[in-house]
Amino acid sequence: MSESLTCDVVVVGAGMTGAACALYAARAGLDVTVVDRGPAAGGTTGAGEGNLLVSDKAPGPELDLALLSLGLWAELAARHGADIEYDAKGGLVVAETPEALDGLRTFADAQREAGVTAEPVPADRLHDLEPRLAPGLPGGVRYPQDAQVMPALAAAHLLNASGARLLTDREVTRVLRARDGAVCGVRTPRGDVHAPAVVNAAGTWGGELASRADVFLPVMPRRGFVLVTEPLPPRIRHKVYAADYVADVAGDTAGLLTSPVVEGTAAGPVLIGASRERVGFDRSLSLPAVRALAAGATRLFPFLSDVRAVRAYAGFRPYLPDHLPAIGPDPRAPGLFHACGHEGAGIGLAPGTGLLVAQALTGKTPRLDLAPFRPDRFPRPAKEAAR
Amino acid sequence: MRTDLAVIGAGPAGIAAALAAARRGIRVALVDAAQGPGGQYFRQPAPGLRAEGAAPRHGRRTWARLRDALAASTVDVRPEHHVWCVERESGGLTVHALLGPEQRESVELRADAVLLATGGYETVLPFPGWTLPGVVTAGGAQAMLKGHLVTPGHTVVVAGTGPLLLPVATGLAAAGVRVAALVESTDPARLPRHARALAGKLPEAAGYAARLLRHRVPVLTRHTVVRAHGEGRLTGVTVAALDARGRVRPGTERLLPCDALAVGDGMLPHTDLAQTLGCRLDGHAVAVDAEQRTDVPGVWAAGEATGIGGAALALAEGHIAGRSIADRLRGTTPDADAWLPAARARARGRTAAAALHALHSPPAHRGDGVPDDTVICRCEEVTAGAVREALTLGAGDTRTVKLLTRAGMGWCQGRMCAPGVAAVTGCPPAPARRPFARPVPLGVLAAQYDRTAPPDDRPRPEEGPS
Amino acid sequence: MKTPDGADTGSAARRTCAFEVTFDGRQVEALPGRTVAAVLWAAGITSWRTTRDGGRPRGVFCGIGVCFDCLVTVNGRPNQRACLVPARPGDDIRTQEGTGHED
Repeated sequence: MSESLTCDVVVVGAGMTGAACALYAARAGLDVTVVDRGPAAGGTTGAGEGNLLVSDKAPGPELDLALLSLGLWAELAARHGADIEYDAKGGLVVAETPEALDGLRTFADAQREAGVTAEPVPADRLHDLEPRLAPGLPGGVRYPQDAQVMPALAAAHLLNASGARLLTDREVTRVLRARDGAVCGVRTPRGDVHAPAVVNAAGTWGGELASRADVFLPVMPRRGFVLVTEPLPPRIRHKVYAADYVADVAGDTAGLLTSPVVEGTAAGPVLIGASRERVGFDRSLSLPAVRALAAGATRLFPFLSDVRAVRAYAGFRPYLPDHLPAIGPDPRAPGLFHACGHEGAGIGLAPGTGLLVAQALTGKTPRLDLAPFRPDRFPRPAKEAAR
Repeated sequence: MRTDLAVIGAGPAGIAAALAAARRGIRVALVDAAQGPGGQYFRQPAPGLRAEGAAPRHGRRTWARLRDALAASTVDVRPEHHVWCVERESGGLTVHALLGPEQRESVELRADAVLLATGGYETVLPFPGWTLPGVVTAGGAQAMLKGHLVTPGHTVVVAGTGPLLLPVATGLAAAGVRVAALVESTDPARLPRHARALAGKLPEAAGYAARLLRHRVPVLTRHTVVRAHGEGRLTGVTVAALDARGRVRPGTERLLPCDALAVGDGMLPHTDLAQTLGCRLDGHAVAVDAEQRTDVPGVWAAGEATGIGGAALALAEGHIAGRSIADRLRGTTPDADAWLPAARARARGRTAAAALHALHSPPAHRGDGVPDDTVICRCEEVTAGAVREALTLGAGDTRTVKLLTRAGMGWCQGRMCAPGVAAVTGCPPAPARRPFARPVPLGVLAAQYDRTAPPDDRPRPEEGPS
Repeated sequence: MKTPDGADTGSAARRTCAFEVTFDGRQVEALPGRTVAAVLWAAGITSWRTTRDGGRPRGVFCGIGVCFDCLVTVNGRPNQRACLVPARPGDDIRTQEGTGHED
């Protein structure tokens, strides 16, 4: 069955970023259709922990976007908080060595300059915040702005709240371009959707979608494993991780880089996450990766040794070479907008991204300077350019 | 420890394979979670009960033969090994197993070949009251009876569909339990269609039928349990007749007082280890070739793991797998003619299994009638209403339903609720990935990290090559 | 609870090596080789867990270690599958509430 639809904007991707783009575009008065090759929240959104973090971000454009987004998340939570399991629990970053503590404090000083609330926690106060933390840690920093949502629920409920038309199980085979080069919709096996604007919120698939609009955007997957424990009563209050994580996020090293992020959930299980490997789209279990997660988590919280892991799952963070997302209009294809490449921070950065895209779609001045996020900032490799 | 072949699962398929390979000079380790070999089918009373005489009647001679052969063989039998993962490494395969009832310590077994003979587990489609104490799976009632000589109550109803219900009902009746009814949803009028394929099974079924008659067990076909009653435990069930399309016929409901319900709607293969290894599945079963090889080098599969088909089929598949493994480990190509009788038994067994499967498919519209307040996911207490609501939020598959409702995220990892979620939502049933075949203490994983990665070699973000 | 016709041999075992365990503090007779679930069934007990959300009673369901419905606290260790764990003399078996861990 083929159908043809016309609307103001097509958002490709029914994950968290697509949902946020749809929500803010609809609020701006646009008629929105969301298209996904799978179900809602079926990609990276469904494989994440739902981190809304400022703590891991150095001053710069990503931190600005995170601060904007956290404010928007709080607004969204006022209405949808219970449905999406929003929890403004705060983050606690600990150092495992005195040297790491020095680095962490310096990092936090710079963050404070940029508007982050970062409270130093001396060694003798750590256990007031996290009673089950390992003894002997030299200190840490508390980040009250860090928060959490259940990402699949957040994407599904915000998509629903946007009122956008949701077309699942429809792969976009082509981004349609008019003779003058302007984007005019998308083609799917079950019909075309016509619109003067298309938003690429396709996550790890964003590079492929860009190529279907004949533009280059080098989005690549970075695998992460999350370990999930048996259900426990509330025992870990914050998002707790070791300071190594900060060095990890921008780490350019291929291969396994792991540091533990440990947190409780409303439903009971403890999540242990954040392994980082560049292995393409390989979903198979890596015991070395989950062993490293377990070792890191039990080092922070020794009581977890007796707690059982009931599952592990893999997800793929969509990343761009400079570890910043692509957000905003693409000068190479008028009418094409990008909202992808958020790496492991997509849930946290989604509302800000959605708002910026909606502002760009409606010709308003974006709240943040989009220059660092320009989608055409990566030159096409010579080999490809020759084709 | 290192061996040539690790057989996972000491049921009919695993034992047959272990014997066939060991007879050909292969070093075999046969691991199983239970206290002794036999699997579910040949489950024996716990030795401490001194109840050999009460051992199950079926297959007694086959079991005696297998048991004696195993005792006389070189097979290294390792009970109380709960395998949680099989890992592919450059030098072969590593089987990871938690030890004993404590399951706090993990051992590793390295092998050049692995046979997955992991068996299956029973499925039950949800109905109101199915979480009440006293409601057990038919296979569970049988396991408790065979292994421990205990029964779930004084008056039991056996219900559901499938070939397991007959032995369960006769076994319970023989043990002195009053079987208030055997409630089978299949219409016996469908039987003649499959009579030829099932010819080999008919004498066995006739034997069970005669025993049911002797114990005066009422049989209700084209009936189903629509509700289990009770507060702290089961006090009775309501059964009703089904129409041709599998819907309950209004006005046919009646109450059967009982303090136990043994219920089963078929079985599913255990495929967790196979999936984590990357083996291709065919539907819910591990896909194998004519030699019982999976598509992963060094990994074979046999028995219920490759499709539910019963003990005779499992014995044939296991035998073929064991011979294939023995040849392949020596670098020779097996001659399939050498195991022709087993291949014929396998062909017959598969034909019969397909017929039984067609005969005993659960009622088509069963999911529609499940009330919204019925718990579907027993672990996370997710109701049918919540599962249906996920569809309105954009879920179109069971994985997304899980993400939006937690149905399938609990202790059992969806093994119990997956068929119910599929039935209630109409989503196609799809096997879920379960990287850990059973829960693993984090301390076990952490200790492996400490051992496999010496402190100086551990990847540290600050130290990694940039 | 019925003891089926293996009872004759079972009573042989009973005479020689029956032992005691406790369930929520009361004494229960156990036979060697029986799992915690079998011991409790033989004593007429079918429920030894309440659920996390609804506080609903649960006991054996699958009977073969797959469903985790029969979780129980034995000697202070929660979340053990009663259908797998053999009973041992003097075991302190307790009804498990919720996660089995103290809040």
